[in-house]
Amino acid sequence: MKALALVATFVTGALLLFSAGDFAEWGSHDSPPNRHVSVYYVENAVEQTHVPNLVTAVLGDYRGYDTMFELVVIYCAGTAVMAILRRREDEEDGKEDVS
Amino acid sequence: MENLTAEILSKYNYWIYVILMMIGFYAMIGKRNLVKKLLGMNIFQTAIILFFISTGAKSGGRIPILDKYEVLKNGVDVNTIVNPLPHVLMLTAIVVGVSVTGVALAVMVRIYRKYGTLEEDEILQKIEEEGG
Amino acid sequence: MRTDYDSVRAQIPQRDMIVETAIRLMVPFIQLYGLYVIVHGHYSPGGGFQGGVVLGASVILLGLAYGLPFSKEYLSEGTNIVMANIGALIFTGVAAICAFLGGMFLDYSALTRIIPIDPVEWRSLGIFLVEVGVGMGVMMIMVSIYWDMASAGKMDEGL
Repeated sequence: MKALALVATFVTGALLLFSAGDFAEWGSHDSPPNRHVSVYYVENAVEQTHVPNLVTAVLGDYRGYDTMFELVVIYCAGTAVMAILRRREDEEDGKEDVS
Repeated sequence: MENLTAEILSKYNYWIYVILMMIGFYAMIGKRNLVKKLLGMNIFQTAIILFFISTGAKSGGRIPILDKYEVLKNGVDVNTIVNPLPHVLMLTAIVVGVSVTGVALAVMVRIYRKYGTLEEDEILQKIEEEGG
Repeated sequence: MRTDYDSVRAQIPQRDMIVETAIRLMVPFIQLYGLYVIVHGHYSPGGGFQGGVVLGASVILLGLAYGLPFSKEYLSEGTNIVMANIGALIFTGVAAICAFLGGMFLDYSALTRIIPIDPVEWRSLGIFLVEVGVGMGVMMIMVSIYWDMASAGKMDEGL
């Protein structure tokens, strides 16, 4: 089982490295993530929102929908942990039903 | 051949990310203990976050916190500021990772309470003994 | 004001004076720093999530030093649940009010019909309001997850 996992790991690693040959160099100004929308955000965020921190401006205003669902995810995680782990005082360990 | 080795050596950052990712991947599928699998998932996630943030780096760039009055007067040159968009997306990714770790640990506490062990093959054996 | 901390503190087993004194001196400054990180999200790295985690860590630290029942006296379970819900409601409420007033969902400049400030200033204030909501929600959820997992559900004694 561990030998099979090791072989799968090496094959996946080789495939990933082979496809990394197409990526841009580290620190290039022209790579695809650094064009299109990001240029608009850097040039116009301060005069449209008066917030000097570009990360907070993008996270709170331009991409506010993502932040709202991130908060909902944390809230659901808290509720899920509460639902999984809490038990009343009269439940014993042996009588818990599997359903 | 020289061109190939020069190209491989200049993209050394991708080697680091892929090696970290494969360490996490092997821990997730090759280990039997449940806590070690969860640690492997965390390593994998850290490697992916590092990879994303590195795609936004620019050589000679400054951090994306600007001086408000100077930018309102003069404007800003895009090539001197590091790309802020991967930072924003990875904030969400870190938070989601923390939530998944929390819920996974809670499920593990319940599994331990019911079966008394955290090894994957012993748990499967006990499930088969109980009749599925 | 509300509870008698001395009687709760007298029931803690295994008291340790050095840990208690050190933590009692540090917790107000940690909370002040967490509030600083939330409010200065506009001008330095920080924001809602980071400040909320620091604030939650201060209550968890109190629970580690003095025992879980003490931290439940400090921040009761009712307050915990209510404030987490208010934090999530602030964010969605501000967004829904913007939609009701004629703008798009999460378009803070539409709030200029209630309080007449410059729409660009309203965008800056809107970002600040939602960060406060996020910080409150994250703080309460971190404390709640710690309570549930440290006591394995029974909420009587922690780590």
